[in-house]
Amino acid sequence: MEDLWLQTVSILSATLRTATPLVFAAMAGMFSERSGTIDIGLEGKMLAGAFAAACVAVVTGSAWLALLGAILVGIMMGLLHGLACITYRGNQVVSGVAINIMAAGLTVVLGNAWFGRGGQTPDLAPDARFMTLRPPGWEYAYDIPIIGPVYAFVIGGHNLLVYIAFAAVPIGWWVLYHTRFGLRLRAVGEDPKVVDTAGISVTWLRYRAVIIAGILCGFAGAYLSIAQNAAFSPHMTAGRGFIALAAMVFGKWRPWPAMFACLLFGLLDAIAIRLQGVNFPGIGQVPVEAIQALPYILTVVLLAGFVGRAMAPHALGQPYVKER
Amino acid sequence: MKTLMQAAFAAGAFCLAASAALAEPAVVYDAGGKFDKSFNEAAYNGIEKFKKETGSNYLEFEVQADAQREQAFRKMAQRGADPIIGIGFSQESAIKKVAPEFPDIRFVIIDSVVDLPNVQSIVFKEQEGSYLVGVLAALASKTGKVGFVGGMDIPLISRFQCGYSQGAKAANPNVDVLANMTGTTPAAWNDPTRGAELAKGQFDRGVDVVFAAAGGTGTGVYQAAKDAGKLAIGVDSNQNHLQPGTMLTSMLKRVDVAVYETAKAAKESTWKPGVTVLGLAEGGVDWALDEHNKTLITDDMKAKVEAAKADIISGKVKVHDYMSDNSCPI
Repeated sequence: MEDLWLQTVSILSATLRTATPLVFAAMAGMFSERSGTIDIGLEGKMLAGAFAAACVAVVTGSAWLALLGAILVGIMMGLLHGLACITYRGNQVVSGVAINIMAAGLTVVLGNAWFGRGGQTPDLAPDARFMTLRPPGWEYAYDIPIIGPVYAFVIGGHNLLVYIAFAAVPIGWWVLYHTRFGLRLRAVGEDPKVVDTAGISVTWLRYRAVIIAGILCGFAGAYLSIAQNAAFSPHMTAGRGFIALAAMVFGKWRPWPAMFACLLFGLLDAIAIRLQGVNFPGIGQVPVEAIQALPYILTVVLLAGFVGRAMAPHALGQPYVKER
Repeated sequence: MKTLMQAAFAAGAFCLAASAALAEPAVVYDAGGKFDKSFNEAAYNGIEKFKKETGSNYLEFEVQADAQREQAFRKMAQRGADPIIGIGFSQESAIKKVAPEFPDIRFVIIDSVVDLPNVQSIVFKEQEGSYLVGVLAALASKTGKVGFVGGMDIPLISRFQCGYSQGAKAANPNVDVLANMTGTTPAAWNDPTRGAELAKGQFDRGVDVVFAAAGGTGTGVYQAAKDAGKLAIGVDSNQNHLQPGTMLTSMLKRVDVAVYETAKAAKESTWKPGVTVLGLAEGGVDWALDEHNKTLITDDMKAKVEAAKADIISGKVKVHDYMSDNSCPI
């Protein structure tokens, strides 16, 4: 019984770790798309951010500067997307795909040119990373039944960026629904003409949204390369940007449901890891493929059966042309 | 149009003729990439050694997507490279297709068998090397639980896992072996984040020594072991230097020696097609002991693993090969 509980705690702890980059990226996508700009380039921005963080960490040895570097690169990629989609009114999906391809290629080429390790960056020392924070008195808390392990490993026992990710959700919610900026942001995604008529710049609003998305992608990237891992390796995002995009749609472009979708993906992944090679009574060993397909199957079932119609922002994907 | 086609053919023929005299070896790496610090990097080290010793240059290609494999081999053959060395079992179908088109060019495949008159197949007895590191893992484990993280879920990786389990059980019959595979696509060779997560999942279940046979994914496993203060075992190349102090040992698979030998044999015209099997007895697989892990290996452990090695070479201990019947007795 005790052991089962420890396993549950371990799964919950893994859920938070796995969900963190998804939460950052889903919030990024939410801000961008709520303003009417499709953000399929989450994956690329995250990858570029991860690379920037690892490079700055190698050179300066400071995790904070590395995070800053990741954020700056995220913003730059966001501005590039903005330039193509907002200023030049290009196709937003094409621009996003271009960002993904560019990031995938550029990180490897630059990494190889600078470090000569085929795109990998050198391993980082602990102070150049965000390491696991232990909550006060966790050694003693561990011995308290039931709540002890929860305190030590679920509430505590993560690196700083995990807490920032889950703080970003209420903050994002507050900004989106309780500030003037948030109201305008939502309005510009639904009907930019109304916002424009009110004398507010559609362009500047949308630019601010893609900048926020860039910042959050920078956090997600930094988490991957300098918190969860200790180096950048080529294509290390491995599709997480797209899963975050799916989680955001799953959550109907709203912060809390999107976060729960990310947590669900994280939870299913954590369970899938632990189910591998386990003998089930009566069934025997379940093949790896079946277990790895589980999160996706459940997503389809939930999406089809329970969530209902996902309503995208009305003006999503349409560049705004001012009438002359 | 017709003249254009003719011109194109002429140009193609010219290229062929011009490069037929090249006769430099070519290496086609697998999806893990040349610098995966593991399997492909071993091949790279082998061909670099060949280059250094003979002064002969070589061509190389890093496969990014499955669709590129056939093109890569055909292009190397058209450029006159000889021999063309395919690293990894994934190159099998490409070599099967391209090798008959160029009967005069010699092909080599590592980790798989292609039965053609101009192909040399080099396979390793990974189960024997894995058996040895399994013995070490069980001896080093304090919890009686050892872990395994595989890359892509294929029979070859199950062969590592099966050998490892047999070795661990031989050293300590009560040991528990927990195993995870990273994925079912070639992307599984290059996902250190998932590797780290798999390792953490095993540590939470009591594992304190983990063996990763997962290419670039392994670096995440070794990092996770270091962060958690557990031990890890490297694969293919000697990876002890990656995280000194928490790398118990590495299962060596001398891809470097195989690549070097085959390139050299081709140059000296002693090259032969057919199947070459490299095991413990041939020095094709081994375990690694160097300055980075000598404090972790006690004299008792060393004596026991050397005894196991001698027993395998003499035939006293038979390590079951997963790929012989696609099942593991343990």
